[in-house]
Amino acid sequence: MADLIRGEALAQNEWTWVKLPDSGEPVRKSAGKVVLFKLTGEPAAADDVIDRCEVPATGKVLIPLSVWLRRHEALAARVAAGEIGVWLDSHEEPTELADSLGGDLNRLPLIGVNFPKFIDGRGFSVGFILRSRYGYRNEMRALGDVLRDQMFFFRRTGFDAYLLRADQKPERCIAALNDFSTPYQTSTDGNVPVFRRRIGQKVPA
Amino acid sequence: MYRYDDYDRALVIERVAQYRDQLQRNLAGELSDDEFRPLRLQNGLYIQRHAPMLRIAVPYGMLASRQLRKLADIARRYDREYGHFTTRQNLQLNWPKLEDTADILAELATVEMHAIQTSGNCIRNITTDPFAGVAPDEIVDPRPYCEVLRQWSTFHPEFAFLPRKFKIAVSGTVEDRAVTYAHDVGLQLYRDDQGEVLVRVIVGGGMGRTPILGSVIHDALPWRHLPTYLDAVLRVYNRYGRRDNAYKARIKILVKAIGAEEFARQVNEEWQLERDGIATVTDEELELAAAAFQDPDAPARPARDAGFDEKLAGDRAFARWVSRCVRAHKRPGYRSVTLSLKPHGLPPGDITSDQMDAVADLADRYSFGELRVTHEQNLVLADVPLADLYALWQEARKHNLATPNIGLLTDMICCPGGDFCSLANAKSIPIAQAIQAEFDDLDYLYDIGDLELNISGCMNSCGHHHVGHIGILGVDKAGSEWYQVSIGGAQGNTTSLGDVIGPSFAADEVPGVVKKLIETYVSARTPEERFLDTVRRLGVAPFKARVYGESSKKAEVTHG
Repeated sequence: MADLIRGEALAQNEWTWVKLPDSGEPVRKSAGKVVLFKLTGEPAAADDVIDRCEVPATGKVLIPLSVWLRRHEALAARVAAGEIGVWLDSHEEPTELADSLGGDLNRLPLIGVNFPKFIDGRGFSVGFILRSRYGYRNEMRALGDVLRDQMFFFRRTGFDAYLLRADQKPERCIAALNDFSTPYQTSTDGNVPVFRRRIGQKVPA
Repeated sequence: MYRYDDYDRALVIERVAQYRDQLQRNLAGELSDDEFRPLRLQNGLYIQRHAPMLRIAVPYGMLASRQLRKLADIARRYDREYGHFTTRQNLQLNWPKLEDTADILAELATVEMHAIQTSGNCIRNITTDPFAGVAPDEIVDPRPYCEVLRQWSTFHPEFAFLPRKFKIAVSGTVEDRAVTYAHDVGLQLYRDDQGEVLVRVIVGGGMGRTPILGSVIHDALPWRHLPTYLDAVLRVYNRYGRRDNAYKARIKILVKAIGAEEFARQVNEEWQLERDGIATVTDEELELAAAAFQDPDAPARPARDAGFDEKLAGDRAFARWVSRCVRAHKRPGYRSVTLSLKPHGLPPGDITSDQMDAVADLADRYSFGELRVTHEQNLVLADVPLADLYALWQEARKHNLATPNIGLLTDMICCPGGDFCSLANAKSIPIAQAIQAEFDDLDYLYDIGDLELNISGCMNSCGHHHVGHIGILGVDKAGSEWYQVSIGGAQGNTTSLGDVIGPSFAADEVPGVVKKLIETYVSARTPEERFLDTVRRLGVAPFKARVYGESSKKAEVTHG
């Protein structure tokens, strides 16, 4: 059973993580806005696969971006009730989610970002973009290959909840959030770059 | 040079603790080899052909004598009393034990060193001109900017798991000595009419399987925007660079696929998010960085020295060394000295622990306790008084550090190759040694003049063969080692990629092929021409004819 860490503590997971049904042959399509770059095409589910995805009728559900994009109008009441969260795969575009919400991501209480493999670092930039470009303030959860040795990076790029891979020890993952005391550069955490701290000005107490 | 404060010290100590824990988990079977691999690589540790290899970072090539002594000590206690300087200005140990690696990193931390991000799919050690701060043609000293970027890139939370490795080079001179057009990002610093420092940002160059020169995506970026602008470059690459094929994952492939103009547009759009934000460098911050790179407190000296002039006129061997290994300095009465790590018959770039100690002593006595590593795998004492050159030369000779071959054919760039590296298709060091043996006559070498010969043991191009005037590449053909030869490559302001002359050769043919290339040059050159100039004037054809013409005749005889 995968443990959930929220902030720096183990937490109860109230959300059901909904995934697409096994699609058989994926359709390859161009990744996001780099439409010229066909070879980077990521597997994308066909519409019928998306439509076959079963979303539980009650309770809090974390649904794939593709399902959200096709059904968000039908889900309006549940969004209002705070029961809908959306997750992005590592290659998916935060822009598409933002556009579907009229730019206001904060209408969602939860956004997930999947790390299909721990060496796939795209999700760190997705986290940065959700926080910095779209001003998302609610829970942002790392999903998938969520391992101890990425914890420090997750937190710095805006994640505040971590659904650990099943083999991970939660207490050690919590400790790893503080592997380094004062990082050199800034990120979504607004860390004051060390060069500015050295000057002794504009450093928060 | 840059000295650590409490912030820097805390980070390297915390890094050692983090790595020690990762290593212990791996040894205990809790962390799989697959998951340990990227973590150890980001601490410089490869698992190689015979043993692990540890690549120690030398940020932008600057070393203090006390650091070099520690490296000598580490090589003695944990390795086989030698190390190898690389084309990224780093030092590699070829025989450490896996279990010792955390202790070695802890030892390095005591002298403000580490192996952070010397490998793996992350931002690597930033390289620059080894003559930074002393070169007469310098417009902007690149070192403060390198240090700002070192800190920006170290443990950058967004870019630790990029599609592929990412290399940045910085230059601030008229003559580019940092190969900025052959890096993922090359940064050329210059000044506008008002003296303000601007940056020409070159993206998407590289060697490897698909050699390509970079494209300028910003011609005049004000220096204070470097971290935010590079964040934007890296973010576009991190999100859209290919991850399905390691050979097509470098940023150059992305830039080529969408075009430099489109790439620049996307970067600019991304940049607006952070532009003028918290990471914008202030004047005070740059001053703080620059304070670490002040000129040494060197007394003024007369421009001429009678003793030096006398030795120069009277001692031919000394004069030779001066002509190849001593460079002009921005201050009168000083010179920069290159200590050759290319003595004939030994692996290029290798240095023993005893030599490291000797160089540290020379640096203390003659060059303010500092030295630099060059990407050509030699060492530089940057601030040597003219009057001390003769004494320095005599001592350097005792330690086999004064081969007068800098810039000549035997001053080769050479990767460790198949003797050590598990990626290599072919050996490279024995090829270098065979060529050095063929060209052991100094008079002939001097007659040939400036020539850069670079050898890589595989397509990863660690030996920079694409930009060698003569480039040699090890290739694998049906399990045996062959060598492809190219000519006409160059680094510097006229950077170009070499042209392959034809089918590859067996190892024992290579010295003979080089000899024929040289003979072709010698018979065709004009009095002013270097090898490269002759190749550029005549093209590959006459060289090819000379090399293959004879071997094909020979083949006819053999088979006829």
